[in-house]
Amino acid sequence: MTASQIRSLFAVASRPEVVSLAGGMPTIASLPLDTIGEQIATLIRDDGQTALQYGSGQGDPRLREQITEVMRTVGIAGHPDDVVVTVGSQQALDLVTRIFVDPGDTVLVEAPSYVGALSTFRSYQADVHHVEMDDHGLVPEALRAAIAALQSTGTQPKFLYTIPSYHNPAGVTQTEQRRRQILEVAQRSDVLVIEDDPYGLLGFDGEVPRAIRADTEDGVIYLGSFSKTFAPGLRVGWALAPHGVREKLVLAAEASVLCPPSMNQLVVSRYLEQNDWMAQVKVFRDLYRERRDAMLEALSDHLADDTRWTVPEGGFYVWLTLPEGLDSQAMLPRAVTDRVAYVPGTAFFADGFGSRAMRLSYCYPTPERIREGVRRLAAVVGAELDLVRTFGPGHPSLRAGYGLPTPDLT
Amino acid sequence: MPDLGRVVVLAGGLSHERDVSLRSGGRVAEELREQGVDVEVHDADAGFVASAALDPPDVVLPLLHGEQGEDGSLRTVLDLLGLPYVGSGPRAARTAFDKPIANGVVAAAGISVPSSLVLPHAAFRDLGAATLLDGVLARLGLPLVVQPARGGSALGASIVSDAGDLPSAMVACFAYGEDAMLQAYAAGTEVAVSVVDTADGPVALPPVEIVPDAPFYDYQARYTAGATEFFVPARLDDEGLAAVAETAVTAHAALGLRDLSRSDMIVGPGGTITWLEANVAPGMTETSLFPLAVTGADLRLGEVLRDLLATARNR
Repeated sequence: MTASQIRSLFAVASRPEVVSLAGGMPTIASLPLDTIGEQIATLIRDDGQTALQYGSGQGDPRLREQITEVMRTVGIAGHPDDVVVTVGSQQALDLVTRIFVDPGDTVLVEAPSYVGALSTFRSYQADVHHVEMDDHGLVPEALRAAIAALQSTGTQPKFLYTIPSYHNPAGVTQTEQRRRQILEVAQRSDVLVIEDDPYGLLGFDGEVPRAIRADTEDGVIYLGSFSKTFAPGLRVGWALAPHGVREKLVLAAEASVLCPPSMNQLVVSRYLEQNDWMAQVKVFRDLYRERRDAMLEALSDHLADDTRWTVPEGGFYVWLTLPEGLDSQAMLPRAVTDRVAYVPGTAFFADGFGSRAMRLSYCYPTPERIREGVRRLAAVVGAELDLVRTFGPGHPSLRAGYGLPTPDLT
Repeated sequence: MPDLGRVVVLAGGLSHERDVSLRSGGRVAEELREQGVDVEVHDADAGFVASAALDPPDVVLPLLHGEQGEDGSLRTVLDLLGLPYVGSGPRAARTAFDKPIANGVVAAAGISVPSSLVLPHAAFRDLGAATLLDGVLARLGLPLVVQPARGGSALGASIVSDAGDLPSAMVACFAYGEDAMLQAYAAGTEVAVSVVDTADGPVALPPVEIVPDAPFYDYQARYTAGATEFFVPARLDDEGLAAVAETAVTAHAALGLRDLSRSDMIVGPGGTITWLEANVAPGMTETSLFPLAVTGADLRLGEVLRDLLATARNR
């Protein structure tokens, strides 16, 4: 199946008749929209001359200070001068890749990895190497082996891209010990770490995992975002980078967009200043926990033992592995016919792997819809198993690879 | 210029061809607006039915592809609502949409169609896939075409040249529907002929020859600009052009189609014509065949559709 065919299936997935377990859209309905509306009106009235004007290429100074306060929650003591505000953390990833990667350079990512990062790496013609994960995230020993194997052929990876907390798409979280080991392996091999942390504050037991960057000032670029803790439509994210890199990031950002949108930065800044933003994060946590529970319960109720899935302790996603012989991508048309959608696992690999897996998201549909979606999914899996029993396993479809992100997929 | 009143173009739907339909709808609305027609584009959902019951449009142009749009069900709904629309009625749409039935009807009209078999998944499951597939290979030979018995845009379709690939082609096909149509592969030049009803009866537009970059005119080749080369008219001699035009008009009449249709066929080495399928809601995207044929006839898509809307409104 080709990327365009999959895009066409997702055109149906956006219809309300379909339960979409595919998208990664936060539920922003619980935001205090009236209050935010008034705050924005006041912002324009009192500070419109700043909000509607060009701003600093590095980002609004006050917001950068506030970002350092936000980062304190994950254990990072950063300086506002080292923060670069970007158009979502996706732009930070793009700028970092632009700075570090020449065509043919190698980057290390988890197996699976975030589809939007894979597409950025592909656009800079990076050679993407996946490294094994387990239920506690990236496996340090596998990382060490992968780096050693590459170095033995004269290849020095440009960086490791990792999502330590509540991984997209795998749903797993690195333990503290893992984080230390991963950092140690990376530093010993002189491999820069790109730590992407959009979900860190969304742990369901209220615990906030300590960032890898919290234990070092060098060798890690930390990417953060307001997309999941506040509002994705504002496209405000940031990078916290060591001095030398930070200057290059600012130059690259200026060449790209001159400056991040002043208006959106000030909206975020006022929101953080004038609201109990952490209380709102707690609202999000409760909401997503309820939905996670609904999904896990429905999966247990409807899917057989030979289907496995991860149990996320935060974030948006469950990673599900189908019984032997099934191909999630080949199954997608049947799912869409039955009015349920997911993202096939192959989207999260640069090398065609992942055909037995799929990403299910519980962040947007209501618990009731999630239960209905999983019920439909189970019927689809049952019918597909029936088909595979008829014709025998091992008929992988043509791979679309990772050429298929749409905004709804991230 | 005829006054068409308020025209609704229906696009979208819930079939796998939703995306194509939305693109067709957008393109057609633009072309009709250039002709001064008052057009709205609507999704074919419960909201449309409710609003059409309260405030009926004067005429509807359904551009839904795939099931619902082409299997006759939407047309039945439009009939129920008493809304005039462009295109075939429910019964003819249903006949054309079901490839095996359409093949039978067209063959009965004296047109050559590929030899084929239709089997549901249940037959393979209950009677043994290996034996049945061996039988299929013995009957049809290789290469053969596997495709869902209903559906369009070549979704779920594959050409199988190696017997070992047949099971995976079956799995891909059954993901789109319960019945598979297995067909002998007809080699030759692929030609699409659009037919439009006029006051003088059905008329074929210039045949379009399709030369995909890929070995197969699949979904990607159909809807990716530049992925396929088209020749309008097809590179056939006058006799060949007349023959494919006549085939399309005959199929249009035999299937009882109305207003517009597109027949796809293969012209073999000796000029033999093998008819493959008809579309009652041909694609209208920027890479689609019907608009290419209209341009090849020195007509404008907006004008052709405006005239069909006028006919439908006065029906």
